Amino acid sequence: MTSLPKQAPAKRLGLVIDLDTCVGCHACAVSCKEWNTTGYHAPLPDADPYGKDVDGVWLNRVHGYETGAEGNGRTVYFPRSCLHCEEAPCVTVCPTGASYKRTEDGIVLVDEDICIGCKLCSWACPYGAREFDSDGGVMKKCTLCIDRIYNENLEEVDRQPACVNACPAKARHFGDFNDPHSKVSELTAARGGVELLPEMGLKPTNRYLPPRPSAKVGDGASLKDAAAGAGGFLGWIDRALSR
Amino acid sequence: MTIVDADAAHDAERVDLSPSVSDEVKYTTCYMCACRCGIKVHLRDGELRYIEGNRDHPVNRGVLCAKGSAGIMQHHSPARLSQPLLRVGERGSGEFRAIGWDEALDLATSWLDPIRKEDPRKLAFFTGRDQSQALTGWWASQFGTPNHAAHGGFCSVNMAAAGLYTIGGSFWEFGEPDWEHCRYFMMFGVAEDHDSNPIKTGLAKLKERGAKYVAVNPVRTGYAAIADEWLAVTPGSDGLLVLALVHELLRAGKVDLDYLARYTNAPWLVIEDPGADDDGLFARDGDGNPLCWDSVKDTAVNALEAGIAPALKDRVTLPDGRSAVPVFHLLAARYLDGQYGPDAVADQTGISAESIRRIAGELAHAAFAEEVVLNVPWTDWAGRRQEQMIGRPVAIHAMRGISAHANGFQTCRSLHLLQMLLGSIDVPGGFRYKPPFPKPAPPGLKPAGKPGDVVPGQPLGGPPLGFPQGPDDLLVEANGAPCRIDHAFSWDAPMSAHGMMHTVIANAWRGDPYPIDTLFMYMANMAWNSSMNTSDAIAMLTDKNPDSGEYKIPHFIYSDAFYSETVAYADLILPDTTYLERWDCVSMLDRPISSADGPADAIRQPVLTPNRDVRPFQDVLLDLGVRLGLPGLLNEAGTARYPGGYPDYLANHERSPGVGSLAGWRGADGDSHGQGAVNPAQLDRYVENQCFWQDELAPEQRYFKHANRDYLDYAVKMGFIGAAQPVVLQLYTEALQRFRLAARGVGAQQPPEAQRKRIERFFDPLPIWYPPSAVDGTAAEDFPLHAISQRPAAMYHSWGSQNAWLRQIHTANRLYISESVAREQGIEDDGWAYLESRHGRIKAQVRVMAGVNERTVWTWNAIGKRSGAWNLAADAPEAEKGFLLNHLIEDLLPPDGNGERLPNADPITGQAAWFDLRVRISRAPAGAGLSEPAFKPLPLPPGVAPRPAMLRYGARFKGGKS
Amino acid sequence: MQPAYSVIFLTTATGAGYGLLALLGVLRAMDRLPDERAFGLLALGLAVALISAGLLASAAHLGRPERAWRAFSQWRSSWLSREGVLAVAGYGPAALFAFAWLVLQRNDGLWPLAGLAAAALSMVTVYSTAMIYRSLAAIPRWHHPLVPWVYLILALATGALWLNAVLAPFVSDPVGHALARAICFAAVAAAWLLKIAYWRAIDGAAGGSSTASATGLAGIAGGAPVRPLDPPHVQDNYLLKEMGFAIARKHAAKLRRLTHLMAFLVPLVLVLVQTVSAGPVSLLAAALAAVSVSFGVVVERWLFFAEAQHKVMLYYGADSI
Repeated sequence: MTSLPKQAPAKRLGLVIDLDTCVGCHACAVSCKEWNTTGYHAPLPDADPYGKDVDGVWLNRVHGYETGAEGNGRTVYFPRSCLHCEEAPCVTVCPTGASYKRTEDGIVLVDEDICIGCKLCSWACPYGAREFDSDGGVMKKCTLCIDRIYNENLEEVDRQPACVNACPAKARHFGDFNDPHSKVSELTAARGGVELLPEMGLKPTNRYLPPRPSAKVGDGASLKDAAAGAGGFLGWIDRALSR
Repeated sequence: MTIVDADAAHDAERVDLSPSVSDEVKYTTCYMCACRCGIKVHLRDGELRYIEGNRDHPVNRGVLCAKGSAGIMQHHSPARLSQPLLRVGERGSGEFRAIGWDEALDLATSWLDPIRKEDPRKLAFFTGRDQSQALTGWWASQFGTPNHAAHGGFCSVNMAAAGLYTIGGSFWEFGEPDWEHCRYFMMFGVAEDHDSNPIKTGLAKLKERGAKYVAVNPVRTGYAAIADEWLAVTPGSDGLLVLALVHELLRAGKVDLDYLARYTNAPWLVIEDPGADDDGLFARDGDGNPLCWDSVKDTAVNALEAGIAPALKDRVTLPDGRSAVPVFHLLAARYLDGQYGPDAVADQTGISAESIRRIAGELAHAAFAEEVVLNVPWTDWAGRRQEQMIGRPVAIHAMRGISAHANGFQTCRSLHLLQMLLGSIDVPGGFRYKPPFPKPAPPGLKPAGKPGDVVPGQPLGGPPLGFPQGPDDLLVEANGAPCRIDHAFSWDAPMSAHGMMHTVIANAWRGDPYPIDTLFMYMANMAWNSSMNTSDAIAMLTDKNPDSGEYKIPHFIYSDAFYSETVAYADLILPDTTYLERWDCVSMLDRPISSADGPADAIRQPVLTPNRDVRPFQDVLLDLGVRLGLPGLLNEAGTARYPGGYPDYLANHERSPGVGSLAGWRGADGDSHGQGAVNPAQLDRYVENQCFWQDELAPEQRYFKHANRDYLDYAVKMGFIGAAQPVVLQLYTEALQRFRLAARGVGAQQPPEAQRKRIERFFDPLPIWYPPSAVDGTAAEDFPLHAISQRPAAMYHSWGSQNAWLRQIHTANRLYISESVAREQGIEDDGWAYLESRHGRIKAQVRVMAGVNERTVWTWNAIGKRSGAWNLAADAPEAEKGFLLNHLIEDLLPPDGNGERLPNADPITGQAAWFDLRVRISRAPAGAGLSEPAFKPLPLPPGVAPRPAMLRYGARFKGGKS
Repeated sequence: MQPAYSVIFLTTATGAGYGLLALLGVLRAMDRLPDERAFGLLALGLAVALISAGLLASAAHLGRPERAWRAFSQWRSSWLSREGVLAVAGYGPAALFAFAWLVLQRNDGLWPLAGLAAAALSMVTVYSTAMIYRSLAAIPRWHHPLVPWVYLILALATGALWLNAVLAPFVSDPVGHALARAICFAAVAAAWLLKIAYWRAIDGAAGGSSTASATGLAGIAGGAPVRPLDPPHVQDNYLLKEMGFAIARKHAAKLRRLTHLMAFLVPLVLVLVQTVSAGPVSLLAAALAAVSVSFGVVVERWLFFAEAQHKVMLYYGADSI
């Protein structure tokens, strides 16, 4: 049913993405592409892959932004994928029931066997989380690697989304936001994790950790002259060595 | 049952939560860049299903970058060559005939055999981003040619050489910051790095611990984006910034005198005797030991002895009556000079004096107020037990942004100077050596290839690359002319430890110092982005002798797995496999995968069988060696010594008794490591161990490796060093002074007259800074902007333009300019601009950004591609909108007063100075929206697979049921 | 939003068809229409043809048209599903209505209820169509209370003008059907006013979201804008092709003027001409008014897409939506 679950899901699985350590390397995006083009959403096709208008289906895309003035400010890399909203508008607009939010863990999925490719869900999502596969005529999206996280064919330590496993900067964390002691809940609390477009009221599950304030070392003062005493700097050497 | 449960049951039925992932998993080592991560390759029905990082691997601990995850697309690239090719049209026409391997190898032999017998120097054998230099260098020696190197000359020889001559180790991939304990981290000139995944993971650790990370980089992208502080340094001025920090630290007495006295040559006495043959060299005793002044005994003593009280200052009188002064005294006097004061350098570096003073204060605070103490007792080289490991938690990492300037060697030495003054080399929280480093500074290896070394039909007496310690080690003729085709180890670049690949084509074309017959290259895109100037390289490769009608470079053999731009310019193409179809070795003899906590090496094993008529280059090289009858490749019966090809060689070849390509599981039973007899089953042991070997140092061996008895003994046992002597860190590099003395007229081997001034100026034994324009003579008023390039993380070392996934990230590059340049020139974001250097002009599309030094423009390197190459469509954005800065860069500098053209390179190491590019910019009309210059499209060679219009990778795996 | 031609055709054609069907149902129930079969066939045929063509065209918009039947299942939550269900359901009363008129020639007893039911379902279907857009908060210019009203009144206006055009030859009055003309005037004028109100509303609306709120960087930006440096991929992707369409202000203004002209002003003038003229001129004026409004509404609908900004563009360079 494309109605949202009638009760809040028991688990709220999602990601925490740390904008303080993301260096924009695209590891998560390519790892996602690799897993999913051979996994749940196989294939994620690439049109004109070696030509002028290359256009592939990606479930995770990494943007670069700048803020602040010249010589100041910050460059921020920002991976963007489905946020698995509690009030997912992509689910309720779906005319076929292909889009649904799982009752047990809140993951939003597309059942591409019954998707008619009307694209309405992609219109409904302000985050651009939905990717239309024009070759297959169906909609695809981040599944939080539903075929990994419970997969008994994988070692337990590997039962995480591909993007989380791959991220070299440890900027991605996966877990249950309903569990206050999960890593994702703790990180969100400790680092002031934010939701995107809160004004939309969609209650996205994923949280983004804003860049940390710059680390401080010392008091910021200039060094004092050591050579003030007798013998200048070389005199200081004597004093230093004889301490 | 409630409705909710009914929904849950329904949901559960809709998706298979445990589909089978693969039916086979093979471990190997990634080769999408130089990071060498461990990977797990999942196969289903013999097809690539998924590649993931190996959690047990010491390099990546399970993570994997974008390139690694795109390995599937590399393997399936339609740019793969499928059979040997023989050129039938003119060079550059791209017209080839497919031939068989026998014909190809016969032909190569027919070119190489006569020159080996007549003059082996006529073979110039250079490799690009290859990781089998232990083999290729040895093969070149066996052939007898000194004309061999890999691509280090345009990559990072400044880092390697400055490090090895100074501290016996290096940034690069031979050392790493102590991510666990560092409190203050400065990274210079790194957009992406050889050590890419460990750096990313390390930065995350630093940030989690609240350590401060300062990025010194003209551009704020990648690693610099997440820095706590970004210093938008002017390109080429890093060294001056560092020396200003040194000035501040000295001024305040914030240096670790104890560390300097114990571990560096700070107390060594330097002879002051202007005009004498040994002026500026170390005072030595009769056995050649350096002297220092014992302030207790009040006499000169052997500086290498334990238990002395070395003086760090004051001029002394030597027994022979001459005066000498400790290195530290010279050093303090130099850097306390006002020319290194923050106010004096602010304009040049683009960093305010206030920031420099504050950062010096922060460095001092981190080093001395936040010292790290590990309660790990250890024993120093002299057998003295130390109760603790006390560290100065300041770490530095630096790479190409330092390296690719004509002052890069001295700048990198300045960085090491700063580290030594802070006492932060191989201490907790500082920079750490990765075994087999440290080695003696510099390593004792000397380059072979002096005039008498080259004997027709005979191997060279040693390896072609090494570390000259003075004019006597140069490879020059009696008249001072270079012996090598690339002019390495000549007066052009005496300490060119990695060779000078970037000069080979220009020199071979000019016949300087002699014409060659065959150019043999592997994985080096010299007709495109790997040469200094693309158009010039193409012109030289296609130029003919007017008299004979022959090409000036008569034969060009090239091996590559893909249809790169250079293929079209070669005569004979030997198609290589992909990295998933081959054996490979990441050797302790070359560039191993060690971490600071222990040595490690690795192999690649074939995961897939080639479906094309291609062979691994190393197999081909061994085969060719047998055909040529190279001694090391034959056994006594005259048949192939390694008939099993490269894997046979890896297991059975010994460089010296007990030392081979791989350090793990040596000995007949596979139970010795480091050194040991050949183990025929060695590769099986590697495969069983996920294709890597590592050894873990004991806690007491992990720091102070340069002076740690337990570590030094271990290093000897492993064969890393010859003797358990401490590695004394060299603040003052005597080798530089030896070259300088030659320039002053000392010794048998002296530079040509025209070079004397330049040797005198640049070969300062204490780090100096000079503007790159002092070398290349560019006038800043004509070309006010700096132009540099970086490799993006998703493409670094990856040949990614052919990769269907990676190319979507960087399909075309932009010229990034600062907001102030945009304003001045009236250029808008997305607009077009002309960029002009002394040498050429390009047109490119602009992106305006805030995070760039305001006098700098930059772009992503090697995104622009030749139309038709790599089996991309002729109108691919890489060709139509992408561009290279190379068109603006010079191979050779303009003729000097004597008409000599020196390489556009660091005068000490010959490192290609491609970051010294100076340009001016102007607004250009958009026109058709195409970048310039444009090149004629290359046709596809025979046997290249058609490009699919739609790529549906993985469709066959759909619905894999559990 | 990228103007999707199949969807533009769908909404304009079904709008005209449902508007016409609704007016036929109501006016025949009021017995204000000619009873003759030829007129019924023509008018009903036109309505059903417009509706059916529009619905069929909508299938062309689907990635998997053969699965279109699945769209009827989610009427409890999805306006698109409701539109589909109602559109199909509407054929029932419409068929009865046609049967009574064209076969039985009856308009007594309960039979008018069939026409009234068809009219009601027509309006509800148009409302559902409009609600598909109205419900998308990600597209603020669609997520506007006037949107369903504009759709409904424009459907009635286009339906009325087509009714007027097909009625004209069948009535004895030389200037046509006075009530139909009156409806035309009223509906076109109302639609015009509504559309002006809508445009004013969207032009004046402040963007509710910024790149800073979309990226969660408002805190570190400290009021400074968050600007894109590099997109994730260099070439346009699905999102940019589908939602990245932007129309230049000048171009939009031109098309709005064209809409004013063709959808509203010209039809009103032509109905006036129809009223004050007679014979062929009058007939021609009525026909041209219908053609004009149809063209005008296509332009209006194209603009409805072209001027709609999707919040996802905040990630790709739009600073406020």
